[in-house]
Amino acid sequence: MPDYDKPLPYVHEETKPFWDGIKRHELWLQRCQDCGKFRFYPRSICPYCFSYNTEWTKVSGRAKLYSFTVSHRPASPAFQQDVPYNVVIVELEEGVRMMTNIVECRNEDLRIDMPVEVAFDDVTPEITLPKFRPRRSEASPPG
Amino acid sequence: MGSLTREAAIVGIAESDCGIVPDKTPLELIAQATKRALDDAGLAKEDIDALFCAGLPSHSTMLLGEYLQIVPKVTDSTMCGGASFIMHVQHASAAIAAGICHTALICYASTSASDRKRRLPFGLFGDPRLPANQFQSPFGLFGTVGGYALAAQRHMYQYGTTSEQLAEIAVATRKWASMNPLAMMRDPITIEDVINSPIISSPLHLLDCCLVTDAGGAVIVTSPQRARDLRKPPVWVLGCGESHNQNSIISMPDLTCTPAKQSGETAFKMAGLTPKDIDVAELYDSFTITVLLELEDIGFCQKGEGGSFVAGQRTAPGGELALNTNGGGLSFTHSGMYGIFLLIEAVRQLRGECGERQVPGARVALCNGIGYMLSSSATVILGRD
Repeated sequence: MPDYDKPLPYVHEETKPFWDGIKRHELWLQRCQDCGKFRFYPRSICPYCFSYNTEWTKVSGRAKLYSFTVSHRPASPAFQQDVPYNVVIVELEEGVRMMTNIVECRNEDLRIDMPVEVAFDDVTPEITLPKFRPRRSEASPPG
Repeated sequence: MGSLTREAAIVGIAESDCGIVPDKTPLELIAQATKRALDDAGLAKEDIDALFCAGLPSHSTMLLGEYLQIVPKVTDSTMCGGASFIMHVQHASAAIAAGICHTALICYASTSASDRKRRLPFGLFGDPRLPANQFQSPFGLFGTVGGYALAAQRHMYQYGTTSEQLAEIAVATRKWASMNPLAMMRDPITIEDVINSPIISSPLHLLDCCLVTDAGGAVIVTSPQRARDLRKPPVWVLGCGESHNQNSIISMPDLTCTPAKQSGETAFKMAGLTPKDIDVAELYDSFTITVLLELEDIGFCQKGEGGSFVAGQRTAPGGELALNTNGGGLSFTHSGMYGIFLLIEAVRQLRGECGERQVPGARVALCNGIGYMLSSSATVILGRD
């Protein structure tokens, strides 16, 4: 693998279970055990009811495209080779949204509300990033 | 709820040198704008007893106070992006109304354009544990335009808004700029020019984006007693409001709704006015989509109707709504956080000092600032006697 020089997440205590899950090619979200709401990005307190009573839950990774942009300028020189590339927000079935890139899809084929599913990109030996791709089947979730 | 109506007035305004100013620092530009604003008001440096500033490299008001040798009674470096200076008007008005200070300097400058040429490092990233660094940066969102592009795409999907409609805003704003001698871009453009300009982050084109310039500005706010016998007629704060929804775009609850809804409602309620009462609107125009969302959220039109509202050059000179009459961030100047220039133009319009671009008989003006990634909003409604 060539040297990966794009920004990487700095994994710390509060977010480690998420990034550890992604590294195992699993998508885990926090769910508040008091109000029942899923939340993202990870944080130790529930921002809806201020409870610390939280459980990490493995989720399907099924989502739909909430919005997208195709960037014709690189966010930093490391992205230059990818221009034009997509940056999107997906909405997971659990209702939370995350920023990501859509892979295995031409930029011209991106459509808001298209069904997508998580795909894992092992960018370095330590870090895997959650990407998404057009959903292949309704029946069998990935991972 | 408490009210700040007519508890304070803007009495002095000025820009620094604007455009490309490679030989001056932001602090020099602030000092220049401050001196000009004090001259405009007929006040002296010694009259200032409160400092409001944002966007300097560290501890904005402390750095400002040190540079200008002002020891304030009230100090406020509230930093919510480009909306900050509109918020500062509310904070200054509240402090003046409470009697803990009497004359506030609100100011800003940046040399964004020259810094880019000098390739100074950008401090965008900071603490690596920041949510945006973990959950946004790895995916390559380009600058702020990427976030506004996501909002524009979603608005187009939900409401059928088109690139042509967004371009109407850029074209109308350029027409206003053609009448502002200080504006950087004054040559007319067409909707086709906007659509045919390079895509930066789809669906936004180059001409959907604000300029990058060097510029600064200063605004002096004072008490009603002091305001009455100064050089220029007072421009009263009639209503104000502020809020924010999120910091980074990944946490925006609805990409088509900005916190201008809340700040606008609060300001109108305080002023006892409605959008129909506004003679001049100065709305933050970092991007064309910013203006469209503000028009909807502040209530100039219904949610989703912004595209048809701006069609047919409704906001151009001679149109139904006088909007961004100085040429805005799209065509006049934009040095990173544009809010201070909204205030300066609104005051000039209410004083009748705008020459060729003067909106006849303007009595009530609205300024709305939007900060960072559609994150914050602040509204002030201003009026003359």
